[in-house]
Amino acid sequence: MRPRRGFIGILTLVLISISGLTGVVHAGPDNANSLRPIIPKGLGDACVEDTDFMRRNHMELLKHQRDETTLKGVRNKQYSLTECLSCHAVNGSDAIPVTVSDPKHFCRSCHDYAAVNIDCFQCHASRPEPGELSAK
Amino acid sequence: MHHVRNRGSFLLSKNMSSNTKDKKLTGKGFDPTRRNFLGAMAAAAGVTLAPGVVLYGISRSSTAQAMASSEVRWGMLIDLARCDNGCDDCVSACAKENGLHGFDRPETDAQWIRKVDIKNPQTGNSQSLPVMCQHCEAPPCVDVCPTGASFKRADGIVLVNKHTCIGCRYCMMACPYKARSFVHEVLEDQKSYAPRGKGTVESCTLCVHRIDNKQQPACVEACSDTGGGAMLFGDLNDPDSEISQRVAKYASQQIRADLGLNPGIRYRNL
Repeated sequence: MRPRRGFIGILTLVLISISGLTGVVHAGPDNANSLRPIIPKGLGDACVEDTDFMRRNHMELLKHQRDETTLKGVRNKQYSLTECLSCHAVNGSDAIPVTVSDPKHFCRSCHDYAAVNIDCFQCHASRPEPGELSAK
Repeated sequence: MHHVRNRGSFLLSKNMSSNTKDKKLTGKGFDPTRRNFLGAMAAAAGVTLAPGVVLYGISRSSTAQAMASSEVRWGMLIDLARCDNGCDDCVSACAKENGLHGFDRPETDAQWIRKVDIKNPQTGNSQSLPVMCQHCEAPPCVDVCPTGASFKRADGIVLVNKHTCIGCRYCMMACPYKARSFVHEVLEDQKSYAPRGKGTVESCTLCVHRIDNKQQPACVEACSDTGGGAMLFGDLNDPDSEISQRVAKYASQQIRADLGLNPGIRYRNL
């Protein structure tokens, strides 16, 4: 008796959980999409590297560049944060690039999703200066 | 064989630079033969590495720019005979260039350059001199920094690496010129070339971003444009530079020369 009752109990549990799961899956696509980061497109034709490479390694490029620039004075534009920001600037409703305080900010849109807390913008400007954008 | 991508491996290039003690490494990219050698090595490593390991190629350095060189010693000669008591064009130019602004708290507001008025009580003679980071050859701020954030660049410019500064302010205590400031407030919209943030120490950078682009510091430019043309900037190591010739020809002084720090900033007619 006992084992069978247990079996029925487990079967019920499994059935309930499956129905629960399918419920989630059915309601899924819309919810899942709205949770994904909306990544704004850059202004230029192509990024300095492939998108896949940048997604995985942008932090290494930036960190390497940061040490080169700060310590040795090498000011390459290719991997500079300023260049990233001017190409990936996102305009707010007032047609002025938003700062990192806006969830639409390019860096923030992904970092919010990935729960990565960056402190770059405690010191660095998070948007290009007006002159910098028009100069490009 | 795994695909070896022809693009920057910072890890690889970092190893390269640390392994090479070649003094002729000027930052205009790496020695091509060395690059080829390492490229071949990388290709070979690509064969032997485990599957799934992507080995990146050699750094693209065609656009590389010259790095600060120890053959240069940047310095400044300030002729006080040409520096007016009431003029503070250098101070305002500095604030504009580097995005410094006050919070109406004069005791803690950032101050990278200031005009110091001095008076000889015996004669009554008064002078006003611009004082900023003196870019010492033996900077006490670098000595005391516990993290190595306070450092001297190869070309003699003393800087704070804010990536490693923990805001302890030992350097501010150590500096005999009171040249450094601490950022107490959250800042926004800094200049892209002059990052500054709460909790870090900062001081005159000699406008390092301008020097790297072969320009003069903002204060020097303002002084010659609208001020008295008292400030002369140049390479103290180059015997042909105007500053070297002038310091050789005329008597000049360093402030607190008795400390033996050999500042790069010199004054005339003090």
